[in-house]
Amino acid sequence: MEKVRVLSARFDLPDSHTIEVYLRTGGYQALRKALTTMTPDEVIEEVKRSALRGRGGAGFSTGMKWSFVPRDTDKPKYVIANADESEPGTCKDRVLMEKDPHAVIEGILLAAYAVDAHLAFIYIRGEYWYLKEHLERAIEEARERGFVGANILGSGFSCEIIVHPGAGAYICGEETALMESLEGKRGYPRIKPPFPAVVGLYGCPTVINNVETLASVPPIILHGGEWFRQLGTEKSGGTRLFAVSGHVARPGVYELPMGYPMKRMIEEECGGIRGGKRLKAVIPGGSSAPILTAEEVERCTLDFESLAALKSMLGSGAIIVMDEDTDIAQVVYRITKFYEHESCGWCVPCREGTRWMRKLLERLLSGGGRPKDLDLLYELARNIFGTTHCPLGDAAAWAVYPAIEKFRADFEKYVRAPVVSAELPEVSAPRRLAV
Amino acid sequence: MGMLSAEAEKKIQEIIARYPVKRSALLPVLFVVQQELGYLPDEALEEVARWLDLTFLDVATTVSFYTMFHRRPIGRYHIQICRNVSCYLCGGEAIREHLEERLGIRCGETTADGRFTLSEVECIGACSWAPAMQINFTFYHHLTPERVDEILRSLP
Repeated sequence: MEKVRVLSARFDLPDSHTIEVYLRTGGYQALRKALTTMTPDEVIEEVKRSALRGRGGAGFSTGMKWSFVPRDTDKPKYVIANADESEPGTCKDRVLMEKDPHAVIEGILLAAYAVDAHLAFIYIRGEYWYLKEHLERAIEEARERGFVGANILGSGFSCEIIVHPGAGAYICGEETALMESLEGKRGYPRIKPPFPAVVGLYGCPTVINNVETLASVPPIILHGGEWFRQLGTEKSGGTRLFAVSGHVARPGVYELPMGYPMKRMIEEECGGIRGGKRLKAVIPGGSSAPILTAEEVERCTLDFESLAALKSMLGSGAIIVMDEDTDIAQVVYRITKFYEHESCGWCVPCREGTRWMRKLLERLLSGGGRPKDLDLLYELARNIFGTTHCPLGDAAAWAVYPAIEKFRADFEKYVRAPVVSAELPEVSAPRRLAV
Repeated sequence: MGMLSAEAEKKIQEIIARYPVKRSALLPVLFVVQQELGYLPDEALEEVARWLDLTFLDVATTVSFYTMFHRRPIGRYHIQICRNVSCYLCGGEAIREHLEERLGIRCGETTADGRFTLSEVECIGACSWAPAMQINFTFYHHLTPERVDEILRSLP
């Protein structure tokens, strides 16, 4: 497969983040093309043709999402770039925004033009404060050149962009929780439907896309949806950024075409498993994605369909690689602790279930596990799945039960053997209740 | 008023003016206040509530949802060490232990001189350069115990 660099094309250029470099390398030409030669509907059609699917996690068709925004409404419409990147293992948006902020800005403007929005937000996690300032500088550069603000390029189309900081809450990456947070509230997810395209920010129609999704739009408009689609697979168009972490020789952020073999990526781009060890497992789409065995990795290609066939998901494109020495029970414990910490507490199965799972794992890992604990943990995870109104509960469950199915020995080794003792257990005498 | 510098107040008014709905300015305004005071005392929340036409409770219950807001003073340097999976796989635990030993405090504590607060945090988006930490808003990647010592020494 040909390795075309679309999103990372500018990453290695000196001062790649500046508008001078961006303009010199085709920047803002897609915006000019759209504003001067295309209707908003034509922009949406081009994006549909590209088979671009969301790069944040859910993998929903971007063009479809845009087409759901109602035309005949008096309400203002909004575009939000989701830069809350907090899925464990994921650090690709950070690189993208640092190296090529104008690609994100141009993508936002194209989305705004397509759905007739005049105010857009970049919701960025508070920990990325330096990038908030970095993006604000880029927006000012774009404003000075007439790409942001009133009457862009003399087209009559106007759009403002506000960079808005989150303040440390994983759940705010979920689109409806993000909107609550952007409205200045606690980040509780909303019940869907209605979907944000109809009732979003301030109750108005809202398009919300991951920043990488938006940065993919300018090349699509410039070179055509068909060109982009052909870079990937039939149903997963284009290339995408993969953040590889864990036990590889060269961890990093790599751009690869959709459908690229996972094993080949680990071996060729990432230099294989570090220290000449053998591969044990991969978590393929951020911590929320079910774990894959080394054998499954052999069969896996980096696209939505292949991962779905393996009952996992491509999620945010975060590939967490683990070598033969990794203790999967320890990994699952870390992830479960994370979901417990990040559960917003709204749904009981998630709030109580994640805590219970963490406690069971803690007891197991500290050597006090009972033989039945593993089954209990498994059942618990199964019972959280599908019973919460946002995907955090599902993610917490997905981190646990497939790992028990595939790496049971890693957990079993912690189970204490049943103690057979001739002595009767010590029972304290019943106490009288003080009334 | 009077709690904040004129500059901070000006910045806050600019932020509020930017949003179509006032309450949306809450998180960015709280950041400005926290930057100025180091933490968010009750009086500051009262003040913020007044600016945004909210109640004290609206503000306080929102603040408590987010881990980056501090209701009590913290150390001058807030060391946030990642405990999530990618950092764990690359030796993050050893870094945490080393920091605890060097600073003589456990995670969640502040040194007696008020210089350092140590926290364990969830994924900070530095997975491909693990293990990693943030001190205040600055990222530090590829940590080793030696590198941590170097970083601590370099802080003014």
